Amino acid sequence: MPELLLELFSEEIPACLQARAADDLRRLVSDGLKARGLEVGEAESFATPQRLALVIDDVPAKSPAVSEERKGPRVGAPEAAVKGFLKAAGLAALSEADVVKDEKKGDYYVARTKKPGSKAAEIIAEVVTETVGQFPWPKSMRFNRPLDNGSELRWIRPLHSIVCLLGGKVVPFEIAGIKSGKTTSGHRFLGNERFAVKDFVDYEKQLKKHKVILDTARRAEIIADEARALAKNAKLALVEDEALLAENAGLTEWPVVLMGAFDKSFLKVPAECLITSMKTHQKCFSLREPRSKKLANKFLLVSNLKTKDGGKKIVAGNEKVIAARLDDAKFFWEQDLKHPLDEMANALDRITFHEKLGSQKQRVERIADLAFQIGGSVDADKEYARRAAQLCKADLVSGMVGEFPELQGLMGRYYAEAAGTKPDIARAIELHYKPKGPTDTVPKEDEGDAVAIAVALADKLDTLVGFWAIGEKPTGSGDPYQLRRAALGVIRLVLENDLRLQIGSITTAGFEQIRVPDVPKSAQESTTYKLTGQSTELRVMRDFGDEGRQIDDRAIDLLAFFADRLKVHLREKGARHDLIDAVFSLGGQDDLALIVKRVDALGEFLQTDDGANLLTGVKRAQNILSIEEKKDKVSYAGTYEVALLKDKEELALAAAIESVRQDTEAAIEVENFAGAMRALAELRAPVDAFFDHVTVNVDDSKLRENRLRMLSEIRAATLTVADFTKISG
Amino acid sequence: MPTNVAVKSAGRHAGPNGVVLHPEKSFQDLILTLQTFWADQGCVILQPYDMEVGAGTFHPATALRALGPKPWNAAYVQPSRRPTDGRYGENPNRLQHYYQLQVIMKPTPADIQDLYLESLRRIGLSPETHDIRFVEDDWESPTLGAWGLGWEVWCDGMEVSQFTYFQQVGGFDCDVVSAEITYGLERLAMYVQGVDRVYDLSFNGRSDARRLSYGDIFLQAEQEYSRFNFEYADTELLQQHFKDAEKECQALLKQGESDTCHEMALPAYDQCIKASHVFNLLDARGVISVTERQSYILRVREMAKACCAAWLKTEGGGA
Repeated sequence: MPELLLELFSEEIPACLQARAADDLRRLVSDGLKARGLEVGEAESFATPQRLALVIDDVPAKSPAVSEERKGPRVGAPEAAVKGFLKAAGLAALSEADVVKDEKKGDYYVARTKKPGSKAAEIIAEVVTETVGQFPWPKSMRFNRPLDNGSELRWIRPLHSIVCLLGGKVVPFEIAGIKSGKTTSGHRFLGNERFAVKDFVDYEKQLKKHKVILDTARRAEIIADEARALAKNAKLALVEDEALLAENAGLTEWPVVLMGAFDKSFLKVPAECLITSMKTHQKCFSLREPRSKKLANKFLLVSNLKTKDGGKKIVAGNEKVIAARLDDAKFFWEQDLKHPLDEMANALDRITFHEKLGSQKQRVERIADLAFQIGGSVDADKEYARRAAQLCKADLVSGMVGEFPELQGLMGRYYAEAAGTKPDIARAIELHYKPKGPTDTVPKEDEGDAVAIAVALADKLDTLVGFWAIGEKPTGSGDPYQLRRAALGVIRLVLENDLRLQIGSITTAGFEQIRVPDVPKSAQESTTYKLTGQSTELRVMRDFGDEGRQIDDRAIDLLAFFADRLKVHLREKGARHDLIDAVFSLGGQDDLALIVKRVDALGEFLQTDDGANLLTGVKRAQNILSIEEKKDKVSYAGTYEVALLKDKEELALAAAIESVRQDTEAAIEVENFAGAMRALAELRAPVDAFFDHVTVNVDDSKLRENRLRMLSEIRAATLTVADFTKISG
Repeated sequence: MPTNVAVKSAGRHAGPNGVVLHPEKSFQDLILTLQTFWADQGCVILQPYDMEVGAGTFHPATALRALGPKPWNAAYVQPSRRPTDGRYGENPNRLQHYYQLQVIMKPTPADIQDLYLESLRRIGLSPETHDIRFVEDDWESPTLGAWGLGWEVWCDGMEVSQFTYFQQVGGFDCDVVSAEITYGLERLAMYVQGVDRVYDLSFNGRSDARRLSYGDIFLQAEQEYSRFNFEYADTELLQQHFKDAEKECQALLKQGESDTCHEMALPAYDQCIKASHVFNLLDARGVISVTERQSYILRVREMAKACCAAWLKTEGGGA
């Protein structure tokens, strides 16, 4: 069956949009054809700076015929109704309609029309016109091409021509004055003439003749190969960069890699600055000495053509620009070094962090206090932690970070080192942004980065506390301040270092530091995460945990957010979210590492026979209790009377509850969760025996009440470990 | 796209009256070559607007003429003032006063890219030996309330022009889309002359006693204006100037307005230009805080929008 070839030829498409656009084109046209009954084969799409192309195999000649039935008026209906029916159904006379018998409601007319299939070319013209007219460019422009419907054609940049061939024949249509045809153009400078194409194979071949490599992956491969070969020739190693490679493949139709050089004196500037400058501004690759890994004074540029002079002029021009760019980088570096980091840190008072949360300087002061406080829990020198925090944002006012924001942190470290700051502090300045995402590494205590951990935690917790305080919480639709990422960062820092932190207390201290102006009531009420009833008054303190800690109400809300993120994080690692619920609903839980330990122990316990049976027992007890409490409208929580215990199973259970409770509490006390679970297992046999031999709902109301109280004690005994009723299964 | 312009070798074009121009040797010949080329394409060659502006786009020949349905083709050199870019004449590339050559064609010709490339050929930059690239750069002017899509044009890695298809100006859709091309003249001249320091550019291409370099003409000005921009401009006076310009702009807009037309869109727009430059000076003096900055930009934008609305009620705006 014939092949469909489509090309949309335009002015230069931004490199970063090409892949997505090619994909959209493939999807929209294939789906459009299928939706109209044309069951086409494989589709593949391509993009170069000047074109989007699509080839679809096995296009059937036409879409299948479809039968349509249209119900009409009853026999003998008024003339107007009959006329309307005939018109709508496209019939000339009533004789063309069938009569359907209906004894209840009366006979009625039905028009049975057979709609023949449409020719593939017609369907294609329709689908392409629709696709081009509604293409999902993230940003598009008008270019004086009015459409029939009165609006204007929009494209990423002016669209100039369309190739549309079905089995080698032009599929005729016109979009905003652009007629489909069979001719296209090659490279802007090397193949700038129009030529006709026959089919996809011919198209790709002719493009190549006209100096266009159609396939982006192939262009990327050419660039990578040439770059590595040139590097090897010069006894250097390429600084690999996938994103840069993709971008260059999107900026060229005929990539040619060339090598240039810059003055060695620039190598005094930190390598990252030079690499970033060459990459960001000039899209050039950097090179390293293979052994020492030191940056070489060479770079690779990707040009879009082969010239007669072997690219001499191109290299010379690029060297000039690179020199000017590196000169800027050197200027920033040298200027920045003239200003002590403390001076930069003071200048942070000129930078607003958020209008309701004050300046970066105020923020840094809060982070420093938090870092000092956290320092003790992570085995970091508390003074170091405070000092690192005071300096951690200073580089934001440096010239280098102003130019290259992605170097934040790293520059702070360089400037700190240049000033002879303690290595722990300098490293902490660099690492405190970590982890920057789910795949980024986390600073480790056992690698000597305790100070960095303290600052990293303080930074993220302050962010969370700050935005919580002004009611800017993430919603289902948006998280503009990346608070989910901040929370995940805290979770990973804590878990991967096995840190013991009472998040509730730390954030309460954080909330106390923040002086928030008026928070609109609506913002406070838009609480997404609720564990407890949220008061609209700020600074409400609550008792929390067993130690009688005082926790800010907002910190409790923030803890619920942490619980939510922890669930997501653990679920990705395969943990059951109901177990996390079972632990969190114990209340007073704000130590993430402990929570996870509990969850792990609980998971293992439930795998055992004892665990599974105990779960059944506890749930059975709870079910009976719920029913009876509802019936009697009283709560049976509380202790039973020993004197009323009668049966031997009852007595055995009472004894077991007492000893299990003591054993689990003792084990929990030393955070031996596996031990607590083992202790809990002792409850299984007595619970089973109780349900097998003891009747709860007896006539003797005193006895019944006592037995119901005993059931509530089963649950209470397990509550030292987890809330079993929250566990599913 | 096929080019409808004859390809000729660079740098040897007979200008008006048969004068041979040397764009690769002289700054003024570069300007004359480009002007001659765009005049040949049907652009009126205007002179610079007689007010301080930050970019050629502010010239009413672009900012206002881009609006409305009437065809408009123009090219002009516009001195551009960027007070914060002053470096007391010590930086080889940065200037607080430099020249842009601005081309606007409305409606945009279908072969505008080819026309532009031909203009590069005329000044000695042949796309067959140089690496010319159209690199995404979407343009937006917060003070003009304007945006468009386009590119920065690279020649061997250097940005030599901005190329924009205007979509909106003053918050109004451009009925007819125009193409705007802005050449950074000093940078372009440095490249074709092979000079590393802007002050070393030959201005008139002569080698005799009458030779003049860019530095001969502008170095002193760069030093003096850097002092003025950064140190001595009276900020209280400037703040008053801003208020005055804003007030006058609003007054003119109100008084020139009638139901059917507007009779003082251009004088009102002058006040908007004035306010914009005063804001740039205040910025250079470092007396504008981050939040204030935003509010100044907003105030200029409001003026620009109102002026554009007025323009659309004039004959030039197609009313």
